[in-house]
Amino acid sequence: MHHLLRLFVKRLALGFLTLFVVSLVIFMSIELLPGDVAQQVLGQSATPENLAAFRRELGLDQPPLTRYLDWLEGFLQGDLGNSLISGLPIRELISERMYNTFFLAGFAALISVPLALVLGVVSALYRGTALDKSINVLALTAISVPEFFVGYILVWLLAVEFALFPSIANLSEDASLGDRIYRTFLPALTLTLIVTAHMMRMTRASLINLLALPYIEMAKLKGASQRRLIVIHALPNAIAPIVTVIAINLAYLIVGVVIVEVVFVYPGMGQLLVDSVAKRDFTVVQTACLIFAATYILFNLASDLISIASNPRLLHRK
Amino acid sequence: MKDTNTPLLTMQNLQIEGLSEDRWKPIVKGVDLSLVKGEVLGLIGESGAGKSTIGLGAMGYVRDGCRFSGGSVHFDGIELTGADRETRRNLRSTRIAYVAQSAAASFNPAFKLINQHTEFPVRRGLMSREDARKDAIELYRQLQLPNPEEIGFRYPHQVSGGQLQRAMTAMAMACRPDLIIFDEPTTALDVTTQIEVLSAIRNIVEDFGTSAIYITHDLSVVAQMADRIMVLRHGAEVEAADTATMLNAPKQAYTKSLWAVRSFKSAQKVPVAADAVPAVSLRGVTAQYPAMKTPVLNNVSIDFHAGRTVAVVGESGSGKSTTARSLMGLLPPVQGEILLNGAPLSPQFRKRSKAQLQAVQMIYQMADTALNPKQRIRDIIGRPMTYYRGLKGRKLTEEIRALLDDIELEPDQYINRLPSELSGGQKQRIGIARALAAGPKLVICDEVTSALDQLVAEGILRLLDKLQQEHNLAYMFITHDISTVRAIADEVVVMQHGKIVEQGPKAQIFSPPFQPYTDLLLSSVPEMDPGWLDRVLADRAAKRA
Repeated sequence: MHHLLRLFVKRLALGFLTLFVVSLVIFMSIELLPGDVAQQVLGQSATPENLAAFRRELGLDQPPLTRYLDWLEGFLQGDLGNSLISGLPIRELISERMYNTFFLAGFAALISVPLALVLGVVSALYRGTALDKSINVLALTAISVPEFFVGYILVWLLAVEFALFPSIANLSEDASLGDRIYRTFLPALTLTLIVTAHMMRMTRASLINLLALPYIEMAKLKGASQRRLIVIHALPNAIAPIVTVIAINLAYLIVGVVIVEVVFVYPGMGQLLVDSVAKRDFTVVQTACLIFAATYILFNLASDLISIASNPRLLHRK
Repeated sequence: MKDTNTPLLTMQNLQIEGLSEDRWKPIVKGVDLSLVKGEVLGLIGESGAGKSTIGLGAMGYVRDGCRFSGGSVHFDGIELTGADRETRRNLRSTRIAYVAQSAAASFNPAFKLINQHTEFPVRRGLMSREDARKDAIELYRQLQLPNPEEIGFRYPHQVSGGQLQRAMTAMAMACRPDLIIFDEPTTALDVTTQIEVLSAIRNIVEDFGTSAIYITHDLSVVAQMADRIMVLRHGAEVEAADTATMLNAPKQAYTKSLWAVRSFKSAQKVPVAADAVPAVSLRGVTAQYPAMKTPVLNNVSIDFHAGRTVAVVGESGSGKSTTARSLMGLLPPVQGEILLNGAPLSPQFRKRSKAQLQAVQMIYQMADTALNPKQRIRDIIGRPMTYYRGLKGRKLTEEIRALLDDIELEPDQYINRLPSELSGGQKQRIGIARALAAGPKLVICDEVTSALDQLVAEGILRLLDKLQQEHNLAYMFITHDISTVRAIADEVVVMQHGKIVEQGPKAQIFSPPFQPYTDLLLSSVPEMDPGWLDRVLADRAAKRA
């Protein structure tokens, strides 16, 4: 266990370094964008004096390095700063959105991960049969169609034709859990359709890869049934590749939801990010991007640790 | 113990086909076989003879891409080739068990040994989990595994190869089956380990009166294990008889050729002049991997003279291949030096000149993986000729063709082939040609014959000997196979734990008085005499007492 902990600390430190680099990259990208906040807020008719005063007030007249260091100092002390546009504290602005995004992603993950695993195991078990082929065709179709299209199809089918679910996932802050699930069902279903195929196909491929190995033949010769072969003998050895793909997809559920949020007018991080980029609201963009980056890093770290923990060769040294 | 009346297993005209390139081709072509209770039948033959396929067929099992195409397999009155899946599955573990060639690959890496052992006794309701564990420990003890109480609670990667093979035999015994198929269970082991596994397997099979089919390509092993031997070739029986008859009076020419395979011996050479400068020499080489605390090579000194073969023998992990790696400059020594014609050679291959690199070439154990599958023979052999000797155009083609003639492959036929279009022996010949193409002084042969069948291996040894005489080459011949050493070596170096235990001319090493480790190594090599195993074990017991 000792080396697992050491690895964890090392990777975590590396993660923080990555975040730092990401923050630099984002800062520089925004510097390169044309236009500026003052112009955005004060409009075309603002006089140069007004613009200068506005910039001075927000500290935008400082050289970029000074501004970056100021921001970094505040961030490290837990002060995310204020939005340049609305002046509201970013913590307030983001926390509600973040909760929504994580809720939607978690909802989609709860459906898609078990679904992908079960479908993967089933299609490996019945490989080559009509069932396997239909599962694959359906999964590939779902992943090949653009997500906004999947979203609109679902809206048309389940919201317009059958009126089972609302087409717009607007949430009030004090919505009950039941209401939340009801309102986010369509976006969650859309996301599920998008991410399941990848995970399911990886599960199937990893399992089938293992079936040619001597220890699987040994299990057969010991009299194991097909189901036992796949679930008991092969699956524990396929955890590493499967978890890696699940981690990528979970990260995607959080980071890649922009389009789905737009389709369903869902008040999540993705929309916030798009709006903030348009308005050159540097501080908000910076924070949102760091949250996204941290999500990726954490999921990857978790998947690496699970992969190692699932492999006795790495967990129990000689 | 042997009940000669009721056969436990009978195969009648068994035929099995395999799918290759979309066509069904016969693998087993009508084999008849019968086994009574308590009998051990040895199946012997070269690779491709269908031994394993027949062994698995006895379990009513064919690999993916194969099918039963005729004949029958009766096990205790049940016909297996046509039986449904459920029937066949229920026989496995409980009545027929299997011991695979590589225990390391055949134990599931994700579970502890004992949990794999108890899986079926418990699932079939023969024992409670608790009892099955106790029984496993008892079997581990009977198979003389160290720490029988604890060894089962380790994962496969934490246990050595010889121990895993015994643990797998224990697992096969778990439900006390009537029949066990042993599929080359000691082929992947060192001789010193093999002897322990052989005696453990034989004892337990005798104790429980289990019938067995023992598959191997090694005659001297089958002589120790089997009551009766069947020789197979190309999926059909050559001949079958009880062990003594088969060893003493084989009838068929093919069997005789198998028996006589170790006849090759290189010619006795005059001793090297005392003042001769070795082509390559190692002087007090000590080497260490950066991550490890102790050196893997300790003060190794060997001289390689032109036209002579130095055989380096030892068990796996003794430092044979590491010595070669140091010599090649892949693992630079931390002490000592490497000399080429008496002049020091840089410890790192990156710092060696082209002429120095050219002087030492290597032939690998697995020609399969050592040849680039996308390159034609012309390129595989031509590349070192161009790189080291600057040959181009017509001169290059002439040289390639001459070299193909040298390795006894018809140039017109082979020059444009891919490695995948060659047999195992032919691939190894190309491996040899590639080393020669560079024009080396010393050729390192790393277990070059151990992946080959005996007849093919002998052809390779003859070829190497011929080439040595023609080109006055020095050979470093790394092997764990003592009979190969006897055939080809001029000098022998015995290694253990990264050190040289003994070195000297072949005649001296192989005659008494023996150094103790050399003695252990030599006495562990199975002999054709069926009484050999008993004799060696008795000798060793006497020495210990």
